[in-house]
Amino acid sequence: MDYLTAFLAGGAICALAQIIYDNTKLTPAHILVGFTVAGAVLGGFGVYQRFAEFAGAGAIIPVSGFGNSIVMGMLSELERLGWEGLFTGAFEITGLGVTTAIVFGALMAVLFRPKD
Amino acid sequence: MDKAQKDLHARYQQMVKEATPQPNRWRNTVMAFITGGAICTIGQLLYNLFETIEPSRLETTAVTQAAMIALGAIATGLGFYDWLAERGGMGAAIPVTGFSNTVTAAAMEFKREGYILGMGAKMFVIAGPVLVYGILSGFVVSLLRAVLTGSLF
Repeated sequence: MDYLTAFLAGGAICALAQIIYDNTKLTPAHILVGFTVAGAVLGGFGVYQRFAEFAGAGAIIPVSGFGNSIVMGMLSELERLGWEGLFTGAFEITGLGVTTAIVFGALMAVLFRPKD
Repeated sequence: MDKAQKDLHARYQQMVKEATPQPNRWRNTVMAFITGGAICTIGQLLYNLFETIEPSRLETTAVTQAAMIALGAIATGLGFYDWLAERGGMGAAIPVTGFSNTVTAAAMEFKREGYILGMGAKMFVIAGPVLVYGILSGFVVSLLRAVLTGSLF
């Protein structure tokens, strides 16, 4: 059951992005930024977590979930440290992913050549 | 412009309109839905797996996102992600695997310009703005929430 909701919720977010892409002049980079910001803002208001409760990975895996993770890190660090948490929290959850992207990205660049 | 010129101009515009390929929007949307949905289903599989070994929900989320980022990087290195992105469009771009794809693809592409000023400098050419605006907007809403709830100090 959670696989079905993940499929439907994740698919719906991607379909929305595709509709925006096909009907505007925005580049994929603009849309990625837009969805990340939307996830962060909705996360700040507590809306995204409620969505994630039933959508599971369908909410976590799109970049909006990545934006939400930035805010979740800030809020949990804020609780632990006070105002310093606003500055340390961004990578509390996402740091794992960002470092993974750097390590694996560099490794792939060393191992493979781009196909033309 | 006299009338003949105007007619010619209008006819030319009509020809341009007909010759411009129209994106098949309905098909694009369905493909994005299926591709994005499938990627999130794999994410759910990993989430359920990590849930059994990680102590908290935040950590499970972090590890799941990182694992998908690693898979996205490997799929990009092997050339599979390009194939997927051609068909899935935003369905391949919007998941964190797509974020990872922009990092790995840039690293592979700009390696030829050197490791420092090529790969190092340009790896985050698309992922950079995502982090910058994600953090800026996150900072603003978190600050707002901290002020409203009085949890700043």
